[in-house]
Amino acid sequence: MPIILPEEPTPIAKVPSTENKTGGWRTFRPIIDYEKCIRCYICWKFCPDTAIDFAAPEKHPAPKDALKRFDTVEINYDYCKGCGICANECPANAIELVLEQNVGGEEE
Amino acid sequence: MKKILTGNESAAWGARLSKAKVVAAYPITPQTSIIETIASFIANGEMDARYIRVESEHSAMAACIAAENTGVRTFTATSAHGLALMHEVLMWASGARLPIVMSVVNRAMAPPWSVWTDQLDTMAERDVGWMQVYSENNQEVLDSIIMSYRIGERHHILLPSMVIEDAFILSHTAEAVDIPEQKKVDDFIGEFEPAFKLDPDEPAGFGSLIMPEGPYMEFRYKMALAMEDAKREIEKAVEEYNETFGRNYAPFVDEYRTEDADAIMLVLGTIGSTAKDVVDAMRKEGKKVGVARVRYFRPFPTEEIRRIAKSTNMLGVVDRSYSFGPGADLYAETKSVLYSHTDVPVKDYVIGLGGRDVTPEVLRKLFDDMLKIANEGVVDKEIEWVGLHGDERWS
Amino acid sequence: MRKLTIPEEEYMLPGHTACLGCGATIAMRYVLKALGKKTILSIPACCWAVIPGVYPHRALDVPLLYTAFEVTGASISGIREALDVLGKEDVNVVGFAGDGGTADIGLQALSAAMERRHNVFYIMYDNEAYMNTGIQRSGSTPWGAWTTTTPGGKKRMFKHEPKKNVAEIMVAHNIPYVATATIAYPEDLIAKLRRAKEIKGPKFIQIFSPCPTGWRHSPDKTVEISRLAVQTNFFPLYEVINGKYKVSIKPKNPKPVKEFLKLQGRFRHLTEEEVEYIQHEIDENWKALLKKERCSQEE
Repeated sequence: MPIILPEEPTPIAKVPSTENKTGGWRTFRPIIDYEKCIRCYICWKFCPDTAIDFAAPEKHPAPKDALKRFDTVEINYDYCKGCGICANECPANAIELVLEQNVGGEEE
Repeated sequence: MKKILTGNESAAWGARLSKAKVVAAYPITPQTSIIETIASFIANGEMDARYIRVESEHSAMAACIAAENTGVRTFTATSAHGLALMHEVLMWASGARLPIVMSVVNRAMAPPWSVWTDQLDTMAERDVGWMQVYSENNQEVLDSIIMSYRIGERHHILLPSMVIEDAFILSHTAEAVDIPEQKKVDDFIGEFEPAFKLDPDEPAGFGSLIMPEGPYMEFRYKMALAMEDAKREIEKAVEEYNETFGRNYAPFVDEYRTEDADAIMLVLGTIGSTAKDVVDAMRKEGKKVGVARVRYFRPFPTEEIRRIAKSTNMLGVVDRSYSFGPGADLYAETKSVLYSHTDVPVKDYVIGLGGRDVTPEVLRKLFDDMLKIANEGVVDKEIEWVGLHGDERWS
Repeated sequence: MRKLTIPEEEYMLPGHTACLGCGATIAMRYVLKALGKKTILSIPACCWAVIPGVYPHRALDVPLLYTAFEVTGASISGIREALDVLGKEDVNVVGFAGDGGTADIGLQALSAAMERRHNVFYIMYDNEAYMNTGIQRSGSTPWGAWTTTTPGGKKRMFKHEPKKNVAEIMVAHNIPYVATATIAYPEDLIAKLRRAKEIKGPKFIQIFSPCPTGWRHSPDKTVEISRLAVQTNFFPLYEVINGKYKVSIKPKNPKPVKEFLKLQGRFRHLTEEEVEYIQHEIDENWKALLKKERCSQEE
């Protein structure tokens, strides 16, 4: 059996950490109520896991006309560790933390 | 072109001719005149390098590591306590596989304070993954720096080097030194081509965490292979250097009149020169003695030492350092590589600590003792401290 | 369409291994948003030596040199000089170190690098203790805090010494830019880094970065605690540009420090008198800061 050695002489880490799905750490799942969301992006701004992505406005239609043109946000549950900063900081109280085991089937 | 240079000036010339681009400098006796000479080279426009006047040797090595990892050739110099302070980052340099070259002027460790030569400082760093080459004269100091860049920078080697000289005996003593032609040095070393570097176009983490099941051991194994491979690169570099610059270096062990010797003295550094004179004198008297001066202590010249030991009736090892516990360093390693290869008697002489003069008269007494052992085949005492106050045998 | 108050570009990837609600991670995200892709980081032993993940993973889109604990100042000096040799003056060089690596073991190399006036950034992310090794007291731990080496016990052996003021030590180096910032105010933090970027020379920025694990607070409170630190004057935000102080945020009616302390388990043991003492110290320090601002702005 040949010995398997790394190609480089010293550890040079090049593989993006996105391979590492940290969503599995989560105890509480933040769930956005798009009826309440005011598209302020404060959740995106403070997320320590860069786990909040932008999405097209029509993906989660806003109830109010004034907000309809604005992009919406989605939580990337592959990476969200469930710290809850987004829920704590949301000025519209549009994010609820739900215990993972109680989430049920409505979210993937 | 020949110049009258001290060992330290020769070291500075080595760095200048090798075109080190970042020099991190911190003073310590007896190294200081190396970095002073480099400062004057840069100040006079004779050397084109950035000069970082760091606040410690630890930072000197850390700055060299960072600069070298960014993709430029670096140089620094130190001694004794400065080298000890660097200990942690020496391993960082080798583990990161950065072919930094550093002059080390051997100086005894305190307490008690001593600025004079002995080799405990470099021996204490034998396990850190650096090549170590010990010099006998100022020419060798200069030449070894140039060769060390060439050897270390090969992409299958990538190991740093210490080019070592004895305090004062070389560092502050002037002799004629041949300065190689710049163009020839450029051709010999080549442009610095880093194997990897910090580059915003290629984001990567250098030296990140590895778990026990990850390739930590494999990276160490690659270092071990590189240190072995370095032997072939050293041979090639020395051969080419000798040819290009008209020198006559042996790659690993400088052997002097060893071919038919009844007893051979194994030494490091300038004791070699003194011993060669003594050998000449004793040979005239018909006493068949020789000297083998070890140049490279890392990588260790295992095969050469085995061959030399097998060719004689007695091997006397001279150590200008002592490892408290197992005994002296060159002796312990020599015995280790000879075990199960030859039963030739080996005796260690610990001598010259703290810069105490190692005279031809003392060395002659060692040779006489060695010849007696060669004749009788019995080692009276494996490790002998030579010249302690009150001990009349060696004075 | 979206209206954002901080740059959209991300240079910190998800999948990193920071604890839940890590303030130091938010700090890194903002620093890289401010400085952009042409940046090289040097990071010593600290939480951020682990957060990028296990080899071969990297959580940052910029190159990163991991270094020994005490060498960040020397390391960024070496990178800077080498880049200048290579003609890459436009690349930002950033030391990103914790408070232990800055206020304690790395202070010597930092001081020297600042004194030599290399064109570098030094970011101290201040989580007020040795967090990567598991919450031991540092010079930057505040008075009264619990840590595992100031564990209280029968003798109430909490930290009985005030927090070392590293920003002021940097001011004493007469460097062109010193600032404090915190993650609850990302616009302010990013504006400071961008102002600093325009200055050639050493720049020091201390970022107050709450640590849920070490401060014993709920991870969702990280930003709130950071905000309260400013609103109570526990951690004032200011800049010192060429020796001139400018306080960034002056709370009109500062909240009592108790509001800040009560969210954190590390202060749970404090008596009323001790809280009063902390309040008194905060008030005095705030007055002194305003005085420095006044004095330094006078022509």
